[in-house]
Amino acid sequence: MSMTQLPPGFKITRETDSEEFFINMGPQHPSTHGALRLALRMDGETIVEVVPHFGYIHRGLEKQGESMTYLQYIPMTDRQDYLTAIQNNLGVVLAYEKGMNIGVPEKAEYIRVMLSELGRIASHLVFFGCFGGDLGGQTCLLFGFKEREMVHDILEEVTGSRLTTNFFRPGGSRFDVPENFIPRVKAFLDHLEGAMKDYERFLSKNVIALERSVGIGILSKEDAIAFGCSGPVLRASGVDFDVRRANPYSIYDQLDFEVPIAHNGDCHDRYNVRIAEIHESMKILRQCIEKFPKEGPYRSKEKPVKLNPGRYYSEIETAKGLYGTYVVAASGDKPYRIHTRGPSFPHIGVLNKMCQGGKISDLVVVMATLDPVIPEIDR
Amino acid sequence: MYVPSVTNPIGDYVREWVPQLVAYLPESLQGETTCSVIAFAINAIICIIAVCLVNIGSAPILIYMERKVCAHVQCRLGPMRLGWHGTIQTIADVLKMLFKEVYSPQGADKKLFYLAPLIVLIAPFMIAALIPFGHNLLVANVDMGIPLIIAVNGFGVLGILLGGWSSNNKYSLMGSLRSGAQMISYEISFALVLLFVVMVSGSTNLMEITNGQAGTVANWMIFKVPVLGFLAFIMFFIASTAEMNRAPFDIAEAEQELTGGYHTEYTGTPFAMFYLAEYIALVTNSALAVTCFLGGFHAPCIGFESVDQILLKVPGVIWFFAKVYFMIWCYMMVRWTFVRPRVDQLMSFEWKFMLPVNMLLLVGGAAYIALSI
Repeated sequence: MSMTQLPPGFKITRETDSEEFFINMGPQHPSTHGALRLALRMDGETIVEVVPHFGYIHRGLEKQGESMTYLQYIPMTDRQDYLTAIQNNLGVVLAYEKGMNIGVPEKAEYIRVMLSELGRIASHLVFFGCFGGDLGGQTCLLFGFKEREMVHDILEEVTGSRLTTNFFRPGGSRFDVPENFIPRVKAFLDHLEGAMKDYERFLSKNVIALERSVGIGILSKEDAIAFGCSGPVLRASGVDFDVRRANPYSIYDQLDFEVPIAHNGDCHDRYNVRIAEIHESMKILRQCIEKFPKEGPYRSKEKPVKLNPGRYYSEIETAKGLYGTYVVAASGDKPYRIHTRGPSFPHIGVLNKMCQGGKISDLVVVMATLDPVIPEIDR
Repeated sequence: MYVPSVTNPIGDYVREWVPQLVAYLPESLQGETTCSVIAFAINAIICIIAVCLVNIGSAPILIYMERKVCAHVQCRLGPMRLGWHGTIQTIADVLKMLFKEVYSPQGADKKLFYLAPLIVLIAPFMIAALIPFGHNLLVANVDMGIPLIIAVNGFGVLGILLGGWSSNNKYSLMGSLRSGAQMISYEISFALVLLFVVMVSGSTNLMEITNGQAGTVANWMIFKVPVLGFLAFIMFFIASTAEMNRAPFDIAEAEQELTGGYHTEYTGTPFAMFYLAEYIALVTNSALAVTCFLGGFHAPCIGFESVDQILLKVPGVIWFFAKVYFMIWCYMMVRWTFVRPRVDQLMSFEWKFMLPVNMLLLVGGAAYIALSI
């Protein structure tokens, strides 16, 4: 379908008194956060309807997975939601472990939780940057990315790559963490503590930012549940659901942390929930630093490559929300079917509901607070 | 024969000196008329060159400055490769811009499309001609200086509206309509603040306004009228930021929403002209702020004879540009600190806050004058 054509099912009223027009936002638009196309029906500056279209970077990762061995599929999860790559690794590995019937040593669990939480902080910092950037404050964008670089430096030292980590393996991880991992994380947390104060001063109480986000893009509790939202978007609408607590995986049940929720479901609440989550992640990391076992293996002894035939499902809480992996294993070392339930896809679905009647500037802010990653939607 | 004459100090000097030149001409050509025509021609050429130099010359400096200020606010270094600390980078960018293909989109109204960037340039150039840069550095000493500035400032909207309309792009059109609404609204506040200055100083001539602020810093408009002067300065700062379409009031080219607004479809030289107009407007608005509120070209004397003696030795034009660049720095810091309001919030801010406050400011100014007499 060419760009000038209207998408199917998208009609502009031909009544003479109607001043509606159609505008194409994306796939090459600075604030659609990737190759996403939004067909907008507008009445002046007011949005009448938003129809999201995706598939511009569809790579068929799930289908590709069927011709790969189980371990070969792990790097594919990096390429879905690249901001939470390390957590996606964990998601798929947890599903494999159910099929392989192997346990994980204690040290490996700590490594997993710590890296996941670092990943969550990195992702939320990108959210902070993009939110500020989409509000028009380019400086926020750079500020958010500055601390994220430090997380990526740590990830680089541990996993060997900055973005596409490909680190966890069934039964543990690829390598052990280096000796200075714990001091480095500690130093980073001390730095972030101060930096977060600056950032919150920059955006949390800024009059213009409040004007732009309070009461904008309200998502009701019922809609959030009905559309399958998860993560901070769901919690900002007042639903107290976090996989880490509702259905604990790894060692989250041994850690003391709170699940921040808000009740208005507007853009400012989503922002607040994410900022609070950064603080909670820092709390978790500090606990992990204290309890981190110095000795012990980082990976289980047995290194199976096959799953027992059957169906396995794992779900984890990534920075974006619920990340589920469903594996159907037949005989052989390749999955019969592998499916990912990503958090960003349902969030895009709810966009129309949230933006109707708003201005085009509100759409940009709502998009930023939904924090979608397009490669994860298209897969 | 009527020969127009531009009244300015340079013109006076030229008129004194031209009769000596005319004496070398054949006798049939000598006379009053020849003198004034030649004087006018020389004067005009000098003035045009001066305005162009000040305006076009400051644009690369400003672009470099903007990049550096922006970079340091954002914990970056900015351009560092070309020349010392990237000083030649701007020239390279300008050259790149000039060599790019000039392209107009399908279905564009080509005449208007190429006319728009020219119109945008008119306003800042004309305002620059009215501003006294030094004791004797002034192109046109117009008695109706402030009303002329208010009138000429409106040209910018025309260029932006035409550019957005002729681009045949919905984003451009939305950007230009936003900008049209915004600039016309904020022009009212802009004019009212300038009227406050006119009221207090009792003149619409920019040279007289400047000379009325001579003496110590306490005589500057910003401090002369207690509290009200500072308030007026803040109001002028906000209104002129909106007039220039600079962040946080850059809703016309809101990159995150409209991918560039009215100049989305422009490339090469026409785009460079929009860019140039934006930066010259920055200079002229800062110069206007300096002239009206910060004592123009007068040195910031503080009342101590010994210090003032040294300060007064520095030429007025250097003080003027020092103040102008301080103002520009303020505009840049604001641009890289604040986030952007929404279009309707911007309008309600003007009509519900700026306008009433400016009206009160005028009332306050009247009260000040009545009391001081």
